[in-house]
Amino acid sequence: MTTVAVKPATMAQAFTRALRDAMAADPAVHVMGEDVGTLGGVFRVTDGLAKEFGEDRCTDTPLAEAGILGTAVGMAMYGLRPVVEMQFDAFAYPAFEQLISHVARTRNRTRGKMPLPITIRVPYGGGIGGVEHHSDSSEAYYMATPGLHVVTPATVADAYGLLRAAIASDDPVVVLEPKRLYWSKDSWNPEEPTPVEPIGRAVVRRPGRSVTLITYGPSVPVCMEAAEAARAEGWDLEVVDLRSLVPFDDETVCASVRRTGRAVVVHESGSFGGPGGEIAARVTERCFHHLEAPVLRVAGFDIPYPPPMLERHHLPGVDRILDAVGRLQWEAES
Amino acid sequence: MTVMEQRGAYKPTPPPAWQPRTDPAPLLPDAEPYRVLGTEAAAKADPELLRTLYAQLVKGRRYNAQATALTKQGRLAVYPSTTGQEACEVAAAMVLKEQDWLFPSYRDTLAVVARGVDPVEALTLLRGDWHTGYDPYEHRVAPLCTPLATQLPHAVGLAHAARLKGDDVVALAMVGDGGTSEGDFHEALNFAAVWQAPVVFFVQNNGFAISVPLAKQTAAPSLAHKAVGYGMPGRLVDGNDAAAVHEVLSDAVRHARAGGGPTLVEAITYRVDAHTNADDATRYRGDAEVETWREHDPIRLLERELTGRGLLDEAGIEAARQDAETMAAALREHMNQDPALDPMDLFTHVYAEPTRQLREQQDQLRAELEAEADTEPEGGTHR
Ligand SMILES: Cc1ncc(C[n+]2csc(CCOP(=O)(O)OP(=O)(O)O)c2C)c(N)n1
Repeated sequence: MTTVAVKPATMAQAFTRALRDAMAADPAVHVMGEDVGTLGGVFRVTDGLAKEFGEDRCTDTPLAEAGILGTAVGMAMYGLRPVVEMQFDAFAYPAFEQLISHVARTRNRTRGKMPLPITIRVPYGGGIGGVEHHSDSSEAYYMATPGLHVVTPATVADAYGLLRAAIASDDPVVVLEPKRLYWSKDSWNPEEPTPVEPIGRAVVRRPGRSVTLITYGPSVPVCMEAAEAARAEGWDLEVVDLRSLVPFDDETVCASVRRTGRAVVVHESGSFGGPGGEIAARVTERCFHHLEAPVLRVAGFDIPYPPPMLERHHLPGVDRILDAVGRLQWEAES
Repeated sequence: MTVMEQRGAYKPTPPPAWQPRTDPAPLLPDAEPYRVLGTEAAAKADPELLRTLYAQLVKGRRYNAQATALTKQGRLAVYPSTTGQEACEVAAAMVLKEQDWLFPSYRDTLAVVARGVDPVEALTLLRGDWHTGYDPYEHRVAPLCTPLATQLPHAVGLAHAARLKGDDVVALAMVGDGGTSEGDFHEALNFAAVWQAPVVFFVQNNGFAISVPLAKQTAAPSLAHKAVGYGMPGRLVDGNDAAAVHEVLSDAVRHARAGGGPTLVEAITYRVDAHTNADDATRYRGDAEVETWREHDPIRLLERELTGRGLLDEAGIEAARQDAETMAAALREHMNQDPALDPMDLFTHVYAEPTRQLREQQDQLRAELEAEADTEPEGGTHR
């Protein structure tokens, strides 16, 4: 066995590597979007791909999201595997007509005859001081659209694994890339990248006994920090990173909640009609007899994403999570 | 009775009957962009207008420089500069009457300021303290629009509504070359032409959409050519020739006001600075190209014309500079003050009346802030 240097890599680099490896492995994989070619994307995730694979396989498109996704549908119909980049969360909205009316339901409409293996990469979420329309958490819209898979990594290794799995999937997959984790680093071996698992498995990031924090994407590191801080208060928190929102891993989540008896769902998108409501309902339906308190949600407020100078008040932080955990304990005692 | 009729003021007048265009020739743009400076047409231009344009350009340049400096000091989150494009920005504001409306895109802060909006309020979005800092009705300037081309249908709708009401209002909507690829651009042009709405679509073709050059954006001979397919005239103008931009836009506004319907104006200009302070322009273009455009600078062109004809001397140039310095100093001073922000405002304007759920969330945040103030009297950081 040869030992390969394990170097720190950023999440953005892991995404790049996943695209590169997928393109090298399969000539049907095409990357397209605004500024993905010469510039390498505004977050540099597609850096070097146009040079290595040519502009026909990593294409700077005209500036039109409906056009990008709509043409990707046609390309996929003809056997290609398009990977499209939506430059920022809120700029994907012009493409929603194509997404909802076609991408998500073409397999169903054609009774399985016309699958659309399209990967839609969407940098999402706040915490980077972006101005209006640059910080939306739009996962609820994607989750509510049958026919789409929705994944969101929280670690460098998962960024690679989930993006590879998304491209390999014969169904459309929305890969929500947590912007504020793009530059987060981890020791990672690009020569022996993470084994690519099928989409749909959650993972216990940190075992604990008293409460399960159910979370994903940008909120995972916040929950890990909260778990550390909670130790001082005598709480032993388990952190479950969903990784995949659709399909949802009831098994891992419920196994954890059955062990701890208490759960808090944490995400930065709004709580009303948001992902947490679905998750809390599922957990309640499946684990009711194991629960010692209601499932709580710690989420962003139900407001349009605020301007950068106020976003720290909106984003769920460690204190808000600890506060919810405290309320769970109280509820259990009373 | 409809709601609008109950209000009283609303008297619908049907739009004029649709006239099919049988001959597209008059709609086609000229092959060469229209120019005034350095041509015979300059002799006919109003000297007073030229001097005003000059003063505005100098001020606009200084504004761009000051705003860019503020990003370096962390006082602005981001600034998309219009250095080199000042002629377009300034003329867009100057050709409108008070009752008219401006629909700016995210890059057009300077046009917004030239329209009369307070410079600090115009920068609110880019500073990050709120999404829009000004009252759109005060100066009839729509909020700076970040999603590209989405403001264009709004401009058509507003102009159409004003027309139905019998009001003399023209809307001028600004968009970049990249934005012309969006579906909203095409839908807006089509609606405007079908409705004969009093709208001017003003494309600033500055060569790039972030890194993507025009050749990858369109295969048309010019963006102005797109007009003819919708049934409206397309005009091409040198975007660095302030007199020419002013004249072409004025014509288009006059045409719209007279009931002639929309016009698409394409100004050929150049983005001298990077896309924003966060962009690395060296990845997609060379310095030589930028230098060529510096030669064709809007201030330089106008200054040459004015001094050549004895309409401007050193003292005049100095006076314009002084004026710009005063504006920049005031801007600096205001921007260096921390904005007064109330986190409670997060909930205030989501609905006309906050929902019960929002009030609960507001109470939660209030309690958090009070607790924070109690435990950290020195104003410690919020975890
Ligand atoms: C719908 C939408 N997609 C993507 C973006 C991200 N974006 C911001 S500016 C820009 C380039 C705009 O180019 P252009 O229209 O030519 O205007 P310019 O910046 O040159 O003034 C892009 C892609 C956006 N703001 N809105």
